[in-house]
Amino acid sequence: MDTHVLERLVAITGTSHAKTTVAQKLAYSYDATANFQAMPDIVLSPSSIEDIKEIVKVCAKHQIPIVSRGSGTNLAAGTTPTSGGVVLLFNRMNRILELDQENLTITVEPGVITQAINEKVASSGLFYPPDPSSMSISTIGGNVSENSGGLRGLKYGVTRDYVKALKVVLPTGEVITTGGKLAKDVAGYDLTSLFVGSEGTLGVIAEITLGLIPEPETKKTLLAFYNELEQAAETVSSIIAAKIVPATLEFMDKGTIQAVEDFMHIGLPADCEAMLLIEQDGDPAVVEKDMALVHQLCLEHGATSVQMAKSAEEAAQLSIARRVALSALARLRPTTILEDATVPRSEIAKMVKTIQQVAVKYDLLICTFGHAGDGNLHPTILTDERDEEEMSRVEAAFAEIFDRAIQLGGTITGEHGVGEMKSPYLEWKIGAEGMAVMKSIKQAMDPLNIMNPGKMFAKDTKKRIVVHHE
Amino acid sequence: MSSAQPEAIRQAFVTHVDENRLMDCMRCGFCLPACPTYIHSGYDETQSPRGRIALMKAVRDGVIAWDGSVEEAFDLCLGCRACEPACPAGVQYGTLIEETRDAIVSAKQLSVQEKVIRKGAFDHLFADQKRMKQAVGLVRFYQKSGLQSIVRKVGFLDLFPSMMRDMEKVLPDPPKRPKVLVHSEEKKTKVAFFTGCLMDTMFQETNRHTIDLLEFLGCEIVIPKNQQCCGALQGHSGEMDRASRNARVNLEAFDADNVDYIVNNAGGCGAFLAEYDRLFEKDKVLLEKAEVFVAKQIDISSLLMQLGIVEKLAARPASEIKELITYQDSCHLRNVNGVIHEPRRILQAINDTIFVELPGARLCCGSAGIYNLLQPEMAMTILDAKMEEVREIEATTIVTTNPGCLLQMKVGVEREGLAQTSRAVHIVDLVHEKLFK
Repeated sequence: MDTHVLERLVAITGTSHAKTTVAQKLAYSYDATANFQAMPDIVLSPSSIEDIKEIVKVCAKHQIPIVSRGSGTNLAAGTTPTSGGVVLLFNRMNRILELDQENLTITVEPGVITQAINEKVASSGLFYPPDPSSMSISTIGGNVSENSGGLRGLKYGVTRDYVKALKVVLPTGEVITTGGKLAKDVAGYDLTSLFVGSEGTLGVIAEITLGLIPEPETKKTLLAFYNELEQAAETVSSIIAAKIVPATLEFMDKGTIQAVEDFMHIGLPADCEAMLLIEQDGDPAVVEKDMALVHQLCLEHGATSVQMAKSAEEAAQLSIARRVALSALARLRPTTILEDATVPRSEIAKMVKTIQQVAVKYDLLICTFGHAGDGNLHPTILTDERDEEEMSRVEAAFAEIFDRAIQLGGTITGEHGVGEMKSPYLEWKIGAEGMAVMKSIKQAMDPLNIMNPGKMFAKDTKKRIVVHHE
Repeated sequence: MSSAQPEAIRQAFVTHVDENRLMDCMRCGFCLPACPTYIHSGYDETQSPRGRIALMKAVRDGVIAWDGSVEEAFDLCLGCRACEPACPAGVQYGTLIEETRDAIVSAKQLSVQEKVIRKGAFDHLFADQKRMKQAVGLVRFYQKSGLQSIVRKVGFLDLFPSMMRDMEKVLPDPPKRPKVLVHSEEKKTKVAFFTGCLMDTMFQETNRHTIDLLEFLGCEIVIPKNQQCCGALQGHSGEMDRASRNARVNLEAFDADNVDYIVNNAGGCGAFLAEYDRLFEKDKVLLEKAEVFVAKQIDISSLLMQLGIVEKLAARPASEIKELITYQDSCHLRNVNGVIHEPRRILQAINDTIFVELPGARLCCGSAGIYNLLQPEMAMTILDAKMEEVREIEATTIVTTNPGCLLQMKVGVEREGLAQTSRAVHIVDLVHEKLFK
């Protein structure tokens, strides 16, 4: 980048909030995605929307890429600055601006940690349900940009369902406000929804208003263990068929259970093939009734043991155990690559079976955990990026998993986003026509392609080889 | 900045820093909220565990060339290891940062100032208990006489640049060594006491109190004469050879087979002693010896708990509440030895005090071995935030389990101008005071 331009950018934030050393640039050259790394030219920490506007204007003038970044927990290389340019940090824009108890909304800057929002609203008896596993680290700006899901998605939906209004700095440096603290609003296209999950490719989200709901009165947590994966999957289907919608319905396979136990030491059994973590919240009488039925359904479908958490602390431990699953798996092999192929929940048993077959076919170590209740699984391949031959098998395995998910009416990504990693597969899901629509939106809003370039849209789509199952 | 060639450093990283250990990190970021330097740098990834690991890997792989900014990122690491229990992937960060420092030391010429510090501190002071005692004698002389220049020439207090003024005020009056340590009869538990170089000199009274308490609870105490500094300070600073030298002496000095426990009252030492086996991975004979030694290690809080101190404290006649006490974790006691509840249980059992949890007790106080001497700015930022919390919870007694933390908290009390109303004490001294005064 030209030194003049660099100096102009530094002048906006001041030198103490501009990072330009070798070490600093390297520290922002990655996110949580294996195998992706690239150095930015500069890392800037704006303190206000005004700062962001100025930065965007300079970048537009000189066609410099901008990658917005929260805590860098992205799993699809969405926050890796693969085209260089500016990494825009929100470490100084991390204030909770307003908790509106009359409209049940909270307005925040993008750099607030998701967990901090949860804690803030809980102190007023309110509830912000989206809870991605990384919620103690990730920022709300990142969650909105990725439309993050979480463990409570089945009953409460995902981030999109709670975003009421946004302030966005457009690629021109102008600011728009979308939505409002409204229960109803059909004034034109739903631009709020357009920006949610846009992965930083259409503008910079600079302020967020979220809807809240009353905190559920009570919560119960249950664990069920199985000797066969299929039995766990069947239990999931039977719970949904019984018209129970649990707050959480999570699944872990044997490998995941062991890795988590190695970290947590909470006494998870070493000899079972699968585990379900089920939570229900709400009115005490309803929770009691639902959980009794769930308990019975688990046993009917072959659970070898069903245990109810004895205390809130124990329940919290179990929830943490599930949240650390991915990172705990990293202890097994040098490189951890996970996917979040998602299918309609009725197809979950078929998907689990496919993953098992793929692991055998390509001779790979695949551990699976995920949000069984909403069909969002996380098959995780434990591999070694230094082994080229194995990496080519990994790629083939994922292609086959994506292909199967789509065949089953599913998608290539349920909650992690497309980023750069999955961009070669996007067309598989949405087709050439879908790609054309998305590209025309991108072109209309960011004609200079400075907003997170290289993400979402790949240079080349992977050739899809349709594999026939059974 | 270093004068060494970046390529020499890269080579040193290749030989010293284990690639597989680096690959254990999947960069998920679970370490971020646990890292004091990440928090106190305003959430700068350069000052985070995963950032530092990425830097280690990038230097090793030749992705970036070594320069001052990279060096600073490693220098600013406290080595508190709070990232380790936070890491679901089980990354051995403590080993990685030690390997990194080892690589740097082996490849580059140390700056003159740092050389003086290292030479003075590691080769002489911490390597030799006799010298340590002499140095403490000098501190005492310094404190009494105010003959600053003489002491400066010796070089001990000169190691404490900007911390000096604050440190001076809080150094305890080093006691004269007691002539004979009393042994009473009818002992149940045989305990060897690792006295610790700093504990045995500047905090000798705490060591005497440790012995009192253990004897009171029925221990037979052995104090091996030839024991030395545990080697932690050397080890954490990339001077692994020097650390191993001390470890070998201690393995010889302690007859681990013939005692029930080897007890220490310094969290920093305890963690290093408990990992002596790591130092001798390639030497089968020493490894076996080290494993026995390691298995016998225990910290004073855990041992006191086992021997029933809580019951003894609770049995004291009830009296009015005298003070609000809080506890600052020793990072290594917490993060390496996993001792979290024991000190708290003991403090909660004291019936004329109220125990209040310090919200950030799990985060390092900024002392971190000799970090507060080498990185005074960050150390003071961390300490000031800590003292702000102490003020908020209105605690008047801050309890610690490690001499470095104790000194740092004393500095904190002094800096906040709280010396009239507040104090920092070692847990052993507080328990001793409650039981025997």
